[in-house]
Amino acid sequence: MSELPGDLLYTSEHEWLRKEDDGTVTVGITDHAQSALGDLVYVELPEVGQEVEAGGEMAVVESVKAASDVYAPISGEVVAVNVDLSDDPEKINADPYEDGWIVRLRPTSDDGESMSPDEYQAFLDELED
Amino acid sequence: MPYIPHTEDEVEEMLTTIGVSSIDELFDEIPPELLINELDGVPPALSEQEISRLMRERAAADRGALCFIGAGAYEHHIPAPVWDLATRGEYYSAYTPYQAEASQGTLQTVYEYQTMMTSLTGMDVSNASLYDGASGLAEAALMAVRANRKSKSTRVLLTAGVNKIYEKVAHAIAGEQGLSFERLPLDIDSGSTDLAALDSEQEPPVALVIQQPSFLGTYEQVDRLTDWAHEQGALVIAVVNPTALAVLSEPGSWGATGADIACGEGQPLGVPLSSGGPYFGIMACKQEIVRQMPGRIVGRTTDLDGNPGFTLTLQAREQHIRRTKATSNICTNQGLAVTAATIYMSLLGPDGLRRVALASQAQTAKLVELLTAIDGVERAFSAAHFHEAVLRLDRPVAPVLEALADKGVLGGYDLSGSYPELGNALLVCATETKTDEDLQVYRDALVNVMASQAGK
Repeated sequence: MSELPGDLLYTSEHEWLRKEDDGTVTVGITDHAQSALGDLVYVELPEVGQEVEAGGEMAVVESVKAASDVYAPISGEVVAVNVDLSDDPEKINADPYEDGWIVRLRPTSDDGESMSPDEYQAFLDELED
Repeated sequence: MPYIPHTEDEVEEMLTTIGVSSIDELFDEIPPELLINELDGVPPALSEQEISRLMRERAAADRGALCFIGAGAYEHHIPAPVWDLATRGEYYSAYTPYQAEASQGTLQTVYEYQTMMTSLTGMDVSNASLYDGASGLAEAALMAVRANRKSKSTRVLLTAGVNKIYEKVAHAIAGEQGLSFERLPLDIDSGSTDLAALDSEQEPPVALVIQQPSFLGTYEQVDRLTDWAHEQGALVIAVVNPTALAVLSEPGSWGATGADIACGEGQPLGVPLSSGGPYFGIMACKQEIVRQMPGRIVGRTTDLDGNPGFTLTLQAREQHIRRTKATSNICTNQGLAVTAATIYMSLLGPDGLRRVALASQAQTAKLVELLTAIDGVERAFSAAHFHEAVLRLDRPVAPVLEALADKGVLGGYDLSGSYPELGNALLVCATETKTDEDLQVYRDALVNVMASQAGK
């Protein structure tokens, strides 16, 4: 298991958030999530401008094994989506925390629960036990 | 593979093992108000001997008459090898096989079918079929809503000549999911959609359904309609007759960028009328929206040894993988009818199918010529038609059709219920199965009926 980036926040749905300088939040799925899903073959992205609610469905990642929802970790408006994923969904497998980002949100609230890297690591360790 | 149900002893043993006293107890979470003890309108069960006899009698009632009814189901010659091959043990199943390692032959057949359908429709991908043309339209409409996420509308616009039974079925399936269906007006001189009505359309629909040829046998201006819909941000659903596609422009080339989804009734491709079914539904679409297409898709791949192989693909759209988010609850298709259609198309080839289409069109034109020479029978529309045409009689159609049936001629489809604005209108169809003598038989019978009913 690779080291978790220290500058990100994490959710129990195995997603990560990065608070950008301009106030937006970038969201992706964690290394743990991509390795559990296996080779990704498709990512269904939301429309830019769409409003999402914390805990609501925001995108879908589909692998050769399964399709699963990506939930909004925080309420907000979608300001950007990673269109490269349409042709190259495997970017999420190769680089989940950088090139494999999925959605950028402009938060409209500070709802949603997240964990620090240490808390998420503990959460993962518990799952493995 | 034999289908052997469990014996009572086995059922008892299973119930005992899991500690349940009866089958009813096993399902006791179903609320009692949802349980039905009897089905209204369903007669009591018959024995095998009784039901076989009833079915023989009913089948016999459908045979023997000369059939000039089209209206969505068409009698075409089916070469003898089609069903001889399709009903061999290796093929004789209604299902698409999941087990690629045990089903390469069937999977390859479905793959060939899909290839033929994409070639006929000019679309990028085809599924392995749906139930029939009507449910195909419902699925296409739901698919269009999923695929057209930019549109806020749930209104599906239909050209005037979309089969009204298809609309009814689509409404029954998709109406409860919030879709509404609205029809453009008919130009009663040409028998096609009144294009002037497009200008008064206010809100862009989510999709426009164009049936070509129309239910009335006429042609729509598909290029103009397709471009209009795309300018509005609507998707275009083509409802097509596969035989006609051998001679008409394919949905993939309609307008500047082509229709987005093509669907239709596959029955004309080697499936007999057979008292109304089973038939099969065609569905094909553009590559961009393939993940919104319901149903099975067989793909070609390469195995570990480098040999070509076939397998179901894109299954994450399907309900057995992704239950709540599946594109559709369609969980089967019409595999057997599709096998027959694949063999039919292989035997005819593009040229053979074209000859079927042209011969059908020619026989219908001859029939119209013969019948409109009779006093009190005229053409309803000025425009060209495919292998169906609308005639207008000087009297109500139903009694005429009844009298013709007594003479062994099924004279066509009475339009007074579905298109009352056309008056005493009768939709007739002659395919390549009707010889010149058959057409003459119809003419003579109609002369006779019109004369004997005159003055009544």
